[in-house]
Amino acid sequence: MDYFAQQLINGLVLGSIYGLIAIGYTMVYGIVGMINFAHGDIFMIGGFIALITFLILVSFGLTAIPLILLVVLLVSMAITALYGWTVERIAYRPLRHSFRLAPMLSAIGMSFVLTNYSQVAQGARVKPVPPIITGGYTLHEGAEGFVVQLSNIQIIVVVTTVVLLALFTWLVSSTRLGRDMRACEQDQTMASLLGVDVDRTISMTFVIGAALAAVAGMMYLLYYGLVDFFMGFVAGIKAFTAAVLGGIGSLPGAMLGGLLIGLIETLWSAYFSVEYKDVAAFSILIVVLIFLPTGLLGRPEVEKV
Amino acid sequence: MSANPAVQTSRAPGAAFILKKALVSAFVALVLFSLMIGVRTEAGPQGQLVYWTRFGDLAAMVGAVFGGSIIIELLRQWWGPVDTVKVVPASVQRGLSLAGRLLPPVLLVFTFLVPVLFYNERYILDLAILVLTYVMLGWGLNVVVGLAGLLDLGYVAFYAVGAYSYALLATNFGLSFWICLPLAGILAAFWGVLLGFPVLRLRGDYLAIVTLAFGEIIRLVLINWQSLTGGPNGVTGIPRPTLFGIPLSPADDGLAALLGIEFSPTHRIVFLFYIILALALLTNWVTIRLRRLPIGRAWEALREDEVACRALGINTTTTKLTAFATGAMFGGFAGAFFATRQGFISPESFTFHESALVLAIVVLGGMGSQLGVALAALTMIGGFELFRGLDQYRMLVFGMAMVLLMIWRPRGLIGHRAPTVFLKHSQAISSDLVKEGHG
Repeated sequence: MDYFAQQLINGLVLGSIYGLIAIGYTMVYGIVGMINFAHGDIFMIGGFIALITFLILVSFGLTAIPLILLVVLLVSMAITALYGWTVERIAYRPLRHSFRLAPMLSAIGMSFVLTNYSQVAQGARVKPVPPIITGGYTLHEGAEGFVVQLSNIQIIVVVTTVVLLALFTWLVSSTRLGRDMRACEQDQTMASLLGVDVDRTISMTFVIGAALAAVAGMMYLLYYGLVDFFMGFVAGIKAFTAAVLGGIGSLPGAMLGGLLIGLIETLWSAYFSVEYKDVAAFSILIVVLIFLPTGLLGRPEVEKV
Repeated sequence: MSANPAVQTSRAPGAAFILKKALVSAFVALVLFSLMIGVRTEAGPQGQLVYWTRFGDLAAMVGAVFGGSIIIELLRQWWGPVDTVKVVPASVQRGLSLAGRLLPPVLLVFTFLVPVLFYNERYILDLAILVLTYVMLGWGLNVVVGLAGLLDLGYVAFYAVGAYSYALLATNFGLSFWICLPLAGILAAFWGVLLGFPVLRLRGDYLAIVTLAFGEIIRLVLINWQSLTGGPNGVTGIPRPTLFGIPLSPADDGLAALLGIEFSPTHRIVFLFYIILALALLTNWVTIRLRRLPIGRAWEALREDEVACRALGINTTTTKLTAFATGAMFGGFAGAFFATRQGFISPESFTFHESALVLAIVVLGGMGSQLGVALAALTMIGGFELFRGLDQYRMLVFGMAMVLLMIWRPRGLIGHRAPTVFLKHSQAISSDLVKEGHG
């Protein structure tokens, strides 16, 4: 039971990270109707920028951990958001009226560019960082000496996710930008007739998605203590699975899907086999698409001619 | 009249505009590259991370973006808007179409003669075999992507199934290459159907992701199922193909001894070359024949419009499944050949990069054009060989090329296959033609 509780905590933390990435997929899909295949790599870039900023700050002699974390968070969100903007501007905007498969293929190309760009720029080796945030609480001490622990870093990941999610929900539901986004999601032509700048709204969608992915990248760095240039691929597919599981286009769905995928992956590793955890996640994607194509919270898609 | 100057300025923006645009690009580049290129991190000797700055590289990159942006803007002005049609003189057009008709037979004859012309150049023969393998994979994937319009990102899975089928059947049961080849094709086709069933209802993008996930699942299973596949170590000692049971070896019962000529390892290379050439031509021939059958027409119709297809009573389920199975079967053949050529296979040969490479060949070749795919395979694999020294930049350039290609020529560089059958001119159908009992 204690073991299960510990795995539950671990799964929720991992799920929060997936959920943050999944929001980027689901938003872009909702508005532009394409899978932003490069989003996983944006997450990876976010992790790298957080790592580099952290190194620089530490070498300048900063010791106040909360200040460092705040600066790292803001810098990595800002720069990664610009990456998201640039990717949209270069690879997707010129293709908005192209044929069906073009944006997908362009996105695959962009994903290769980002992966290999960071490999060339930062080297292929895994970059480890020493644990930045240590300590934690013991929740429960079992009879056989098994301890259920909640570490500080886990608390930070979950709290950050919840705060960002609240901020983001407010942004979509009560600001001008959020209204524009919802309008574009329903009908781009009509929205532009009513004075919504569609291009700008789509750009902002990518910017916000990338900023959230940057947070996820930073949390990943803090939680696992490493980044490498290839981590975006698998994390990207899993986050996409989360978005599909929750119902693509639905924001609460993305978070719910992320948590579920995180839980499933952790529990699978704990009780079955670590080697097949990715197989389990990918199989869920296939199974969900067969039996529940609209996801848990998604709306059925009407096919129009 | 008053609108004229405005039009003029919008068509040819002045130097100030170009400069401003370039400056903005350079600033964006500065922010983007500031940390990723300006700072280099590496794990130090004690395992802790160290970093050093590379402001020179950063400045060079930003300068390159600035210059590149000006050049692109100038080119854009010189070329005019993207959708203007450049009129090609009739004589040039006729010349091009003649060249287009002559090219396939010339290319085919040349390919047949490659082992004769380059008999002593082992490197060229090996490269030719590699190119032909990709031509075959491209033609196989072309059935799925080019003809049926189903974006398959997991094609390498079938290649892997074919390769492992042959490798395991041959090493465990001692079956010969010629028995295993059809078996590998059948098994791959079977997996194609298995994958096809669940994804039938999915739209383009979803289909792409699911096929990608499927490809990864196959690879992960190959890595982890150590007792069967040998895991990351792969399968070694895969037997070479024989000519009707006669091995191409220096042994007493080898082909060279039977013919009374001196043995040379090149014999086997040439033999492999003709095997893959035959397999590729088989793929091409089957595809061309299938295109003329109702099933081929149905594939093309499916690519153009799935809803209309269904409305016309075409069974989209079987149409998609046959496309998947046919494409997968050729992938399986190619995989079996790959296994026998290498003599050693491991899951590392079947990554997503491989799928993307084959897909890029099909896209570059113009999705559906047989000649285009062959030329694209030659260009891509040849290009990869030329830049072998710049190994780490290879995939970077490859990705950029894919993006630029989609922007510039989304229908492919070389050719584009229009539907085989289409209405020559649009026809207004008057209402008295479709009255009840007459339509």
